[in-house]
Amino acid sequence: MTTFAAVRLVAAREIRVKLRDKTFLISTLFFLLFAAGSAILPALLAGGPTTVAVSTAADADALRQAGLDVRPVADDATAERLVRDGDVDAAVVAGPRVLALDERPDDVVRALSTEPPVRLLDPDALDPLAAFLVPFAFAMTFFFTSQLFGVQIAQSVTEEKQTRIVEILVAAVPVRALLAGKVIAGGVLALGQIALIVAVALTGMRIADGGGGILPLLGPALGWFVPFFVIGFVMLAALWAVAGALASRQEDIAGVSMPVQLAVMLPFFAVLFLNDNPLAMRILSYVPFSAPTAMPLRLFTGDAAGWEPVLSLLVLLAATAGCLAVGARLYEGALLRTNGRVTLRRAWRDREPIG
Amino acid sequence: MINLLRVEGVSRSFGDRRALTDVSFDVPAGRMTGFVGANGAGKTTTMRIILGVLAPDSGTVTWRGAPLTRQARRRFGYLPEERGLYPKMSVRDQLVYLGRLHGLTAEQARANTTDLVDRVGLTERAGDLVETLSLGNQQRAQIAAALVHDPDVLVLDEPFSGLDPAAVDTLVTVLRERAAAGVPVLFSSHQLDVVERLCDDLVVIAGGAVRAAGPRDELRAAYTQPRYELVVDGDLGWLRDQPGTTLVDLDGARAVFDLAPGHDDQRVLHAALDRGPVRAFRPVAPSLAEIFRELTQ
Repeated sequence: MTTFAAVRLVAAREIRVKLRDKTFLISTLFFLLFAAGSAILPALLAGGPTTVAVSTAADADALRQAGLDVRPVADDATAERLVRDGDVDAAVVAGPRVLALDERPDDVVRALSTEPPVRLLDPDALDPLAAFLVPFAFAMTFFFTSQLFGVQIAQSVTEEKQTRIVEILVAAVPVRALLAGKVIAGGVLALGQIALIVAVALTGMRIADGGGGILPLLGPALGWFVPFFVIGFVMLAALWAVAGALASRQEDIAGVSMPVQLAVMLPFFAVLFLNDNPLAMRILSYVPFSAPTAMPLRLFTGDAAGWEPVLSLLVLLAATAGCLAVGARLYEGALLRTNGRVTLRRAWRDREPIG
Repeated sequence: MINLLRVEGVSRSFGDRRALTDVSFDVPAGRMTGFVGANGAGKTTTMRIILGVLAPDSGTVTWRGAPLTRQARRRFGYLPEERGLYPKMSVRDQLVYLGRLHGLTAEQARANTTDLVDRVGLTERAGDLVETLSLGNQQRAQIAAALVHDPDVLVLDEPFSGLDPAAVDTLVTVLRERAAAGVPVLFSSHQLDVVERLCDDLVVIAGGAVRAAGPRDELRAAYTQPRYELVVDGDLGWLRDQPGTTLVDLDGARAVFDLAPGHDDQRVLHAALDRGPVRAFRPVAPSLAEIFRELTQ
């Protein structure tokens, strides 16, 4: 059996076990409901077209053409009473005058006025809401996914140590095949979960018929987000596996993995808080730990040159290769030391030669 | 190509502590080799080195005359001292997975799993998660995990600890079958009566060094003192005065005694017959426990 076949077996087991794990299934379901809900709810809350009571036939046509829900009434008094009772959002009475309770009904006003023609000079410019939400969504996705699946990788490594099955595994397959299998399985599950969530969110938006417009804008940034995400995830996954190997019991993982958690958390908050500072973002988009969120973001806002993501991706690749090499050595050095927490120095220096 | 597993001049230290010193012995094909020693004598360290989980500081382990490779080791069956399986995987899934890691195809792994689960009496629990099994059943599953890939060599660290007598019998039968099929079997145990019953060859280790190694019967012969048991109808008090005899145990009509060199056991028998009927007269072989005590003192 080749190492490749061993990696595939290890990864397949990890995925199978995860897909039968109730906690994982329930959390995925929760994410899906959340995604569907946040796509559909805003449209539901907006609650259909404005209803307007009209006492004059002349105004009714104009309002109907504007797509409003028109309720003809006999006289102005009835119209006013309907508004006061909350049966309609607004009323148009003789004059014409517009009645409403506490908010100026702009759509009714607009339907009754003549607007000058408007020409947009930069029609593709970003909706300010999207400009705020998209970076947030990128950073959140990377942060939560790498954290969630990272912890699971560490737990799965520690489980093998804690149950001592690791001795049987190490006698059968190379240690690096175990490491690679776990990292790959984590990546496949993470990407799969994200793809599912995105699909549900997009379907939700289409059903709600509101948010389809942002997708073409997201396109290029999303295209870059995938490679950045995958490579960044592999880098962090290798570090999480080391954290799992350093711990001897599940309870130790939180303490041992503190540096990795910081390596995920600090870039997350940096990108979140500095996303309107071009210099900071330029730097963050080259630092391996923040590049997976910062670079797609700069591409989204359009202030990165074409060569920049390529360079940043190369930097990230190099950092990932480094993390994998260092991580594999530490993993080998710590995996078979089952008595207590292993220090980094010990795992690196007194690497237990495996025959 | 001879199916011989040979440990040659293996030494290993942990920091300042020397765990093994120049350990050498053979595990021949088709024989059950018992590996005995006190706690901390170096049994587990030796087995981990054979399996490549640990590297020796010096010395080699060879299989069929060549240094062990990972490919060869993958065909070994190993029962580690500290037991462990995935708690949240079913017995069947687990065995199939381990079989495939050891190089079986999916079909082979499934077929072997079904057979083995039946052999160790776990058929009804095969679909259950390991964590829901009793300790005894977990131990059966663990043994199945060491055997699932039809190993070329078996290395079992304390395979009998934690087993009830019925499970011990099952395991003994299975191991004997494998040995009869030409597989070298090395097993450690501190239950010397089990080793005595089971092993063909014996390796005695103490303080990280091999004290004795070879066929059990040869070892026993080498350590057998001229000791005899005599049972008569009358009283054996006269044995005290018989020249050359030293009483080990006297219980009226039954006695165990040692005979000094140069004295003929048949003279003692004649002396007994002169005094009345003799019901039993035989040389007493020392038990393994006695040999072990002597070797490791």
